[in-house]
Amino acid sequence: MAIPMPVTTPVATTRKAVQRPTLMAKLDELGRELWQDKLGTLGFAVIVALVLMAIFAPLIAPYDPAAQSVMSRLKPPAWLPKGTWEHLLGTDHLGRDVLSRVIYGARASLIVGVLVVLFAGTFGVVLGLWSGFKGGRTDAVIMRIVDVQVAFPGLLLILLVISVIGPSMTTMVIVLAVTNWMVYARVVRGIVLSVRQTPYVEAAEMIGCRTSRVIFRHILPNLTSPLLTLGILEFTNIVLAEAALSFLGLGVQPPATSWGLDVANGRDYIFVAWWLITFPGLSIATTVLAVNLFASWVRVTTDPQEREKRFAYQRAKAAARSKRRQPTPAARSHGGRS
Amino acid sequence: MGGFLLRRIGQGLLVVIGVTLIVFIATRMVGDPVKVMLPLSATDAQRAAFAQQIGLDRPIGAQFVDFVGDMARLDFGESLWQRRPALDVVLERLPNTLKLIGAGLGLAILLSLPLGAIAALRPGGWVDRTTVFVGLFGLSLPQFWFGLLMIVFFAVTLGWLPTSGMGGARYYILPAITLALPSLARLVMLVRSSMIDELNQQYVRTARAKGLHFRRVVMVHAMRNTLVPFVTLAGWELISALAGYTVVVETVFAWPGLGLTAMQAIQKSDLFLLQAIVFIVAVLIVIINVGLDVIYKLIDPRIRLA
Amino acid sequence: MNISAMSNNEPLLEIDRLKVEFDTRRGLVQGLRGVTLSIGRGETLGVVGESGSGKSVTAQAVMGLIDMPGRIASGDIRWKGRSLLGADGERYARDIRGKEVAMVFQDPMTSLNPVLRVGTQIGEVLERHLGMTRKQARTRSEELLAAVGISAPGRRLDQHPHEFSGGMRQRVMIAMAIACEPQLLIADEPTTALDVTIQAQILELLAELQQSLGLSIVLITHDLGVVAGLCHRVAVMYAGQIIETGQAEDVFERPAHPYTQGLLRSTPRLDEVSDRLISIDGTPPNLVTPPDGCSFQQRCPLSGEACKKAPQLAHIRPDAEAACWQPSTPAWATPLMTPSISH
Repeated sequence: MAIPMPVTTPVATTRKAVQRPTLMAKLDELGRELWQDKLGTLGFAVIVALVLMAIFAPLIAPYDPAAQSVMSRLKPPAWLPKGTWEHLLGTDHLGRDVLSRVIYGARASLIVGVLVVLFAGTFGVVLGLWSGFKGGRTDAVIMRIVDVQVAFPGLLLILLVISVIGPSMTTMVIVLAVTNWMVYARVVRGIVLSVRQTPYVEAAEMIGCRTSRVIFRHILPNLTSPLLTLGILEFTNIVLAEAALSFLGLGVQPPATSWGLDVANGRDYIFVAWWLITFPGLSIATTVLAVNLFASWVRVTTDPQEREKRFAYQRAKAAARSKRRQPTPAARSHGGRS
Repeated sequence: MGGFLLRRIGQGLLVVIGVTLIVFIATRMVGDPVKVMLPLSATDAQRAAFAQQIGLDRPIGAQFVDFVGDMARLDFGESLWQRRPALDVVLERLPNTLKLIGAGLGLAILLSLPLGAIAALRPGGWVDRTTVFVGLFGLSLPQFWFGLLMIVFFAVTLGWLPTSGMGGARYYILPAITLALPSLARLVMLVRSSMIDELNQQYVRTARAKGLHFRRVVMVHAMRNTLVPFVTLAGWELISALAGYTVVVETVFAWPGLGLTAMQAIQKSDLFLLQAIVFIVAVLIVIINVGLDVIYKLIDPRIRLA
Repeated sequence: MNISAMSNNEPLLEIDRLKVEFDTRRGLVQGLRGVTLSIGRGETLGVVGESGSGKSVTAQAVMGLIDMPGRIASGDIRWKGRSLLGADGERYARDIRGKEVAMVFQDPMTSLNPVLRVGTQIGEVLERHLGMTRKQARTRSEELLAAVGISAPGRRLDQHPHEFSGGMRQRVMIAMAIACEPQLLIADEPTTALDVTIQAQILELLAELQQSLGLSIVLITHDLGVVAGLCHRVAVMYAGQIIETGQAEDVFERPAHPYTQGLLRSTPRLDEVSDRLISIDGTPPNLVTPPDGCSFQQRCPLSGEACKKAPQLAHIRPDAEAACWQPSTPAWATPLMTPSISH
């Protein structure tokens, strides 16, 4: 396979001639593109805020989330009659501060989400790469395992396993990771197979590039964009799954806190204390929505074609706006970016 | 066609064997059914008797053979909670779940095709933006929370609809909408992005160059191609709903289906009932998968079933 | 419009100072920079040029296929004297396209809808433009497939595109294009994606159809041999403009523009053994910031002070035009040669 070929000099010279943008310039451009997409920016800001909130929960939260107080049970949020500013978002049936519980609840969602995506993602990507590269029998076996496991009654099996082993955060992370790796393997294998058939990878293999170079220089760049988007979207799925399992009583166990658990607790007081389900539920929704908004920006940005289209739409919109402002159809310069 | 079906059924068999294995390992090797199923107050003698009754005192290999034999004969043992064969309970509750899925998924499928198509026709237009936003919300709201909010609003505050349980058509509305929401969001986003993709394909340019009416280019040319991924995702939605995603909705609305039964079985430590549910659903999924493959073939002529 | 006033010499299609722009992140790309072209009845026009020169964009503009981020910035396209642009023109264009003007695309693998039967795809043109019933359309489609040389047409109508080879698919595309007996057929590199032996067959088919149907053809290609074999007239495009046009033989024998000379010089010949391929040094200009003056000046051996001003297309002989300040001056030392006819 390895045919040594003389290095052609013209390639080297033109390569040098093209000035590559520096990392800072690229980041700067990315930042400006993100700013153009208001929803993406909002999503990104909320994610940053959530992460900070989860990390610095003990500093931010006014109370210990597990501290009970019989005296102040079921207090409504501060802005309602009978509410007090001591408990901004009110208290639950055991007198625990809802705001503090919401702040601490971010930890369960983020930890479970990140860990599961990391474990399942690593496992799935490795198996997908292996499958795509080895081909033949290895590929057939791995893909058969994927097919079979995808056809499992997933959530019911999870319920069965958790009820037997006993619910806890660790159980949940392991079970979710074991049942969510397949999608990564499929996506990675699909890309590896299609990229390997492209002329540029065939050419690279033909001129004797080492396998590692083929993987890192030619195939990995094709994987980053879809994997990034997939990982982000899977993260939202896991956050929702964590919330649902905790809601069903099979996830995070008291005295630990989780948004899903809090909604389950508040369910019995739905008619007298609406705030008990509202704020934790809103937190889940906000988190997932923020990540989704950011993900759709990432997807467009990492796809060169979509990126051009978005740019064109923004130009068209800006043009329409400025036309409305100043009715003279004067020729505007298109060189600079607004 | 025959060879294809055989292979699919063979794969289905693998699924059933895999599920059997996992259930066996989980219930007999990882967990201790005696500890799980009997109350804490049970005496040692009671425990020993129960262990012997379900064959736990025999070697693990023999237990496995028995277990597989029981599964093959659809003999899942007696439900401790209901005091009758677990299979009977499953078969009694299954139709309720199927009705709920039919209503919910039917709603999602019927709405997603026109909405996604309209959005795709003017990407960046207001219908598109609204659809994307609604889709994002559908993907972001936790189902159980959305269900509870609907109960608070439509059942309690306005009093228009029943809060929970199963009955006439009015009982279907809230659970079906709740079940439909995330599926609708995923399907509508798929239709939209797939339609946008298809409308950029070369064959659409050909169709436009032929002077065809815009409606025909969209509804016939692009839509027929969009149906290929659409059916795949809709099939996936059906399977994952069966695979347990109705559990949450059934729990919130006290809908007497398989999901609620599974949760009750967990609360009552009724392992036999739980394993019967898992097994029957696994078989159902295998059957549906074979059916879906035939549908794929009808929609996409490039797929060969040989 | 006064139909009786239209003589036989009046052009079918006129493209008038057409400008097309693409708004991209790198800036405003000027895809077409004022293209003027016309084509008469029964005439075959070859449009040649390298990739990015605007050949395909011109065809797409005629067929109404310029999409975001592109747009027609100015100029006009007229069919039998009537504009195809604007709200009124669009309506008129929809009835013309597929009926009086039809197009065959470059890649037959992606140009047919993969999930619809071939019969449906041919039949829908007939139903749309000629108001045929499904049954009539089917009979006619069968005749069309036979006319483009596909055997067992009745059976083939019920097949899907993936059951056809590349050459066969291009024949289907052609059958679809001639379904309503159009007056003009635009073929955008119809043979580029095909095997060499199939290429010749497709070109032969086009030539035959032109004879039997009295078609006008616009043939877009980068293969000068194809033009020499098939076309009456030729238009050479460079950087979004037409830089030379004239009778095909005439242009090949006496190319006036240095770019045309270079293009002909770099066409490899079978009857001549040569050590290396000849190319034109340099690359076409960036169309975001096209140079003032002649767009070829950076690569042109003749370029001088005059070229700082843009030359207009001007008559150099009756029926031959070039956009150059020093037309018909030999720009390269190597003797010129006419390309061999590929047939």
